[in-house]
Amino acid sequence: MLVKRIIPCLDVNRGRVVKGVNFIDLKDAGDPVELAKFYNDEGADELVFLDITASYENREIIIDIVRKVARQIFIPFTVGGGIRSVRDIKKILLAGADKVSLNTSAVTNPEFITEAANVFGSQCIVVAIDAVKRSDGWEVVKNSGTKPTGLDVLSWAKKATERGAGEILLTSIDCDGTRKGYDIELVRRISESVKVPVVASGGAGKIDDFVQIFREGKADAALAASLFHFNRVRISSLKERLQKNQILIRN
Amino acid sequence: MMVIIDYGLGNIGSITNALAKLGIKAQLSSKSQDIFKADAIIFPGDGAAEQAMANLKKRNLINSIKEIILSGKPFLGICLGMQILLSFSEEGNVECLDVIKGKVIRFKSDLKIPQIGWNQVQRVQNTALKINNLFKDIPDRSYFYFINGYYCLTDEKEIVVAETNYGQIFCSVFMKKNVIGVQFHPEKSGVAGLNFLKNFTDFAYANNSGN
Repeated sequence: MLVKRIIPCLDVNRGRVVKGVNFIDLKDAGDPVELAKFYNDEGADELVFLDITASYENREIIIDIVRKVARQIFIPFTVGGGIRSVRDIKKILLAGADKVSLNTSAVTNPEFITEAANVFGSQCIVVAIDAVKRSDGWEVVKNSGTKPTGLDVLSWAKKATERGAGEILLTSIDCDGTRKGYDIELVRRISESVKVPVVASGGAGKIDDFVQIFREGKADAALAASLFHFNRVRISSLKERLQKNQILIRN
Repeated sequence: MMVIIDYGLGNIGSITNALAKLGIKAQLSSKSQDIFKADAIIFPGDGAAEQAMANLKKRNLINSIKEIILSGKPFLGICLGMQILLSFSEEGNVECLDVIKGKVIRFKSDLKIPQIGWNQVQRVQNTALKINNLFKDIPDRSYFYFINGYYCLTDEKEIVVAETNYGQIFCSVFMKKNVIGVQFHPEKSGVAGLNFLKNFTDFAYANNSGN
């Protein structure tokens, strides 16, 4: 049977991996190519690369770094940030990515999801959703977390999958970088409502957070960044502990 | 030289990267003359069967692929490249290459479709030497990376080499003489996948010895 996936995420800004808290106060965390190779060798199940300021600064993704990273890893590789056209996607896939992650461009123009899925197949199209908790649910924000959209996360996730998204990458901005644990309720709500895999993101601080997000949050995959970059948790020991907790993983 | 058939579908960049990592020389091509000159062929593919068959037709590759397979050249079909070797695909109801008898059908399980992720490959045959060689340094039930909503249901039961369970058991590897089909993506399956590609290359060059 399919197993749960552990996904390190490289948030890249101007060619360096960075990490902030709640999407601000960015700290340097290393070279993307070296980190990618390290995670590939550590037993990561997949790698996500996000050019976190491409959309905000309205520029194209740094394609040569994507290409260099792709040469180092032999696990699935998802790339996102500032993707606005079928042509952008083609370039990223040719550079060695397997999937692309759409965020702002999908919110602004949901038809783009359908267009991309028709050309490349749904398996290739991830829709990333950045969520902020409100009194009556969660709101979608865009442009690297800077612009509220008025959209409800649950209805947007459903709409995105109907449009052709093959996977949802769901980030809680409230939890991101805080290391206080994932937003379990958010992830469970979305995971139970859509028919595609949901990748939980934002807030991982310790091994138990992963156990919880798989068990209670019903996540198909869990993504983390600073926790792995700063070596607070090794992927190998995380996987051992998940196995002890009867969570199926690739060993 | 290994030739990867480029017909406008599939993550050929990833396969090229994996072969480069193994030190295996490979050429991307959509030309029949290159395919006929190859020592071995990798036939990748992602996306829909209908589109794949249309692309092959547009590039005049359908007969070349059938001929090269008949000639005995080692041939590895990956994912959609495995599926369109069968007679027919339910995905778009399209006639396929008919190299392997059977059809491609959609999962009927209640699980999320397509399956996306790591799943175990369990061998159902372990007597033939060439099959054992294909799985050299790969423990039984190793995890490989899958992305598929459809799977191969072949009438030639004796060619099924390994199976996988996704709410139902399906054929994840078949081998018929020189033709190997894998439903998973070896180029994205970490060490197990790289070993598989290396074993295929060894099989290919052992087959070509004397050339």
